[in-house]
Amino acid sequence: MNNRVVITGMGVVSPNGTGIDKFEDALRQGRSGIRFIPKLEELKFGCWIGGVPQGIKEAYETYFKSVGRNFIEGNIEYALIAVAEAWRNAGLTLPDEDAVADWDTGTVFGCGVCDMDTISQKLVPMVNAGKTRRLGSMVVERVMGSGISAYIAGLLALGNQATSNSSACSTGTEAIIEAAWRIRTGLAKRMVAGGAEGSSPYAWSGFDSMRVLSTKFNQTPEKGSRPMSASACGFVPGAGAGALVLENLDTALERGARIYAEIKGGMINCGGQRQGGSMTAPNPEGVKRCIKGALADAKMGADEIDAVNGHLTATFADPREVRNWAEALGCNPADIPLINSTKSMIGHCLGAAGAIESVASVLELHKGFMHPSINCEDLHPDIVPYKDRIVQSFMETPELKTIAKASFGFGDVNSCLIMQKWER
Amino acid sequence: MSTTEIFDKVMEIIKEFVKDEEKLKNATMDTAIIDDLKVNSARLVDIIIEAEDAFDVEIDDDDADQIKTVGDAVKIVEKKLADA
Repeated sequence: MNNRVVITGMGVVSPNGTGIDKFEDALRQGRSGIRFIPKLEELKFGCWIGGVPQGIKEAYETYFKSVGRNFIEGNIEYALIAVAEAWRNAGLTLPDEDAVADWDTGTVFGCGVCDMDTISQKLVPMVNAGKTRRLGSMVVERVMGSGISAYIAGLLALGNQATSNSSACSTGTEAIIEAAWRIRTGLAKRMVAGGAEGSSPYAWSGFDSMRVLSTKFNQTPEKGSRPMSASACGFVPGAGAGALVLENLDTALERGARIYAEIKGGMINCGGQRQGGSMTAPNPEGVKRCIKGALADAKMGADEIDAVNGHLTATFADPREVRNWAEALGCNPADIPLINSTKSMIGHCLGAAGAIESVASVLELHKGFMHPSINCEDLHPDIVPYKDRIVQSFMETPELKTIAKASFGFGDVNSCLIMQKWER
Repeated sequence: MSTTEIFDKVMEIIKEFVKDEEKLKNATMDTAIIDDLKVNSARLVDIIIEAEDAFDVEIDDDDADQIKTVGDAVKIVEKKLADA
């Protein structure tokens, strides 16, 4: 079986916009969602800024019942809001409690770290205080690796595969590729794919100690996330969720669904932590093989890629990443596809990053624009040769047809997704 | 504390675990927590824990196993308060 896979619905919870419309507006305006987070200063982090989605309670109440006293704004809530939006955006109705399972629909929806809010605020303090018997029934389902997909399965009455994947910062993009392949091979007709990450300081603390977070822009948060900039000094931690409804083309056409884009192909691999790769740095050969592998899977040539939504986190790795793209696509700096980094506005949303950034890429394809990659007016010297191809301000791009989106993660893991504007 | 007051307080706790708010409207002492209100059976333990906190009583596992209806919960709380 070789079914074509299309995107028919999207939902997003992003630091610069909860909901597709707000997110698109923020992307067009180049609006940062990075704010001062008092708790980080209080806890003596080096980085006091982060991307925390706003308006979560209100968004939750749009789709679900009014929030009770036990409401948590965690990765699961972000995921449920994004999924409910994506489902409705696809023209589908949330099933009621008496519905039968939908055997043809599944989910691959992961996170980088599980629900750290529950672990840090409830599980550890209560168990340490000898109150294990009073933890209640919800700790397990919130901290289990598959917590997010379990909640989504319940929301949508899913009867097909329901899995949470995890591959660090590659998680969101990997989920979309895995889900697309499941539809391509005929194992499912429809999949909800994406990633979610909570905004707990405890999840971010390890990165702070590694000295990989931005620490020099605590007084000017919106300037803090600086992919490709000479003054980049680490990434800004972010949180949120991105959700995409993927469908078999025939199923989508049959029900007259609005089609945003087609998933042409993808590739997932690992650099083996060799040849210059390590737990925290990518093997350049692995990255290039991943990009080339995605093109091969899409049966497309490098010259067909119009734009790249990079991983580009604002660390030392950005110049290497841009060079890897040029080498993988076999082009000179002046001929490289247009490049932008959504992280410049939302920070690095870790396990949700690839999903939120894919939503941004699909909006760009569908609406014909490229969002600005902000805070790189002082390009890194090694990136200067690519200057004309870095999208520094908003561009109308009606001719934009194909975007490559890649994500790379700790463990030397890579994923690359090729998406094309839908035209009948 | 009157039976009505205990009932209201118990319903306030149960409310959090009911997905369909419509089902709460006509709840009485005879309403079954799992069968009528469609509360997930795993959540009974959360309702018990919250009731223990709200009424400052201890409900052991054997007592908890007897709770099927809202009234069962109210009666156990009443008994614990009387014993206290």
